[in-house]
Amino acid sequence: MNTAMISFNKSSVLALAKNGKRFDGRKLDEYRGPIEIESSISKSAEGSVKVTMGDTVVIAGVKLSLEKPYSDTPDQGGLMINAELSPLSSSRYEPGPPQMPAIELARVTDRGIRESHVIDTKKLCIEKGEKAWFVIVDIISVNDAGNLFDAAGLAVMAALRNTTFPKVDDEGKVNYKEHTDEALPIAKDTLSITIRRVGKNLIVDPTVEEEDASDARLTVSSESDGVISAMQKGGEGTMTIEEVMKAVDLALDKANFLRGKLK
Amino acid sequence: MSNIVVENRDIVIPGDLLAEGMDYIPGDFTFREDEKIFSKILGMVSVSGRVLKVTALSGPYAPKIGDKIIAKVTDVLMSGWRVNTNTAYTAVLNVRDATTRFVRKGEDLTGILDIGDFLVCKISNVTSQNLIDVTMKEPGLKKVEGGRIMKINCNKVPRVIGKKASMIQLIKEATGVEITVGQNGLVWLRGSADGELKAQQVVRMIEQRAHESGLTGKVSKFLGVAHKPVTPTPTPTPTPAPVPKAEPVVEGGEQ
Repeated sequence: MNTAMISFNKSSVLALAKNGKRFDGRKLDEYRGPIEIESSISKSAEGSVKVTMGDTVVIAGVKLSLEKPYSDTPDQGGLMINAELSPLSSSRYEPGPPQMPAIELARVTDRGIRESHVIDTKKLCIEKGEKAWFVIVDIISVNDAGNLFDAAGLAVMAALRNTTFPKVDDEGKVNYKEHTDEALPIAKDTLSITIRRVGKNLIVDPTVEEEDASDARLTVSSESDGVISAMQKGGEGTMTIEEVMKAVDLALDKANFLRGKLK
Repeated sequence: MSNIVVENRDIVIPGDLLAEGMDYIPGDFTFREDEKIFSKILGMVSVSGRVLKVTALSGPYAPKIGDKIIAKVTDVLMSGWRVNTNTAYTAVLNVRDATTRFVRKGEDLTGILDIGDFLVCKISNVTSQNLIDVTMKEPGLKKVEGGRIMKINCNKVPRVIGKKASMIQLIKEATGVEITVGQNGLVWLRGSADGELKAQQVVRMIEQRAHESGLTGKVSKFLGVAHKPVTPTPTPTPTPAPVPKAEPVVEGGEQ
């Protein structure tokens, strides 16, 4: 996506927002189609998916490794989520160490899943204080056409659901070439939905143009019963309490919509 | 003794032999080595008389003198602007090619064009070093104001314009949107909010289905207007738009 054009189109996006309209003609609470999840796309990962949301494409892969547990949680395994915004996916990203957007994407996605205890980390422990499974998830953007937050959240949840344990031989070495049927101990489906404010409207699933025109965003991670596990506010604009309440309601509703795609 | 190897509308790849002998003349995107003519790019052959040329099917925009393009101002210079032309090379727009009014020495040029502004301009010169000059001193060349800008594959530009601007005329009439297509693949749409959106969808559709024949018919169907048959009736508009029933896959077009 050409960055230059977007800054030009910003004024058009804001002019349309005054009439409650969106740049690409969608309703305020409408997602782009098609939303697709393609599972097991990688042979070397324990679980992997490719998520398509309109023109946005994200892949996520899960690796499992046997490590020594942290000393403050000797009876638990662990979860690590990393994100990489590939320079191929947008003209805005550069190769090299992760920049702010990649770090925020990883942390927001991680927090939602960690704080709602999606994975029962105690079940990942094999020998207390000695050996436990650590779950490492990598998110890679393939095409950034906006709304990487929702796509990444959906991809991570789908990748975790797609994961099976590798075989462990008698000496305790992991054989990554063969997999068991045992899935990760996943307790719930937590998805994060990002609500953007463009003008005075609260919208879901923004395109890059809308992301540029928006001054505030709120990411809400929620479980299927409506329990909110994490929130993240971004952008320099402020939101009123009414807006936050509206955004949360919208996010819970849309999380249920996306959860339907996960099945 | 000359011998042509390819036929009209053949698809060729770089290095493909097109003809042998000196009776044929190499045109666009072809070159002569010894007495043979080869293709420089992936594209479609078109034979017109003794001239062999290849129409590009992919690849970036190559600046040509006389092309109307949409460019973006990236820097303000001492006596002009540096503009991004959507190619690997930037172009320079001199003050005297930008405005007819008198500009004092040392005047703030951002009052005329500022960084981030888009402009419709014409390539006035390209050197062998790919230094490009653009000008706005012609009717219809101006700063882009309002509306929206989209980017398409520059090789599909002739299809978006259509034969004798028939496609553009069709979209204009159906949506009421003013459309300016730059040869470098940038398209400027300005009109009502709904019209702009519809026009953008149509242009995107043409870009994706450029290889199909009878595209004008499909576009009129999408726009919900009657597909005008081939009747060369004189129209009051400056560009009469006889809509051909079956167009060739790729054709040169100009706006």
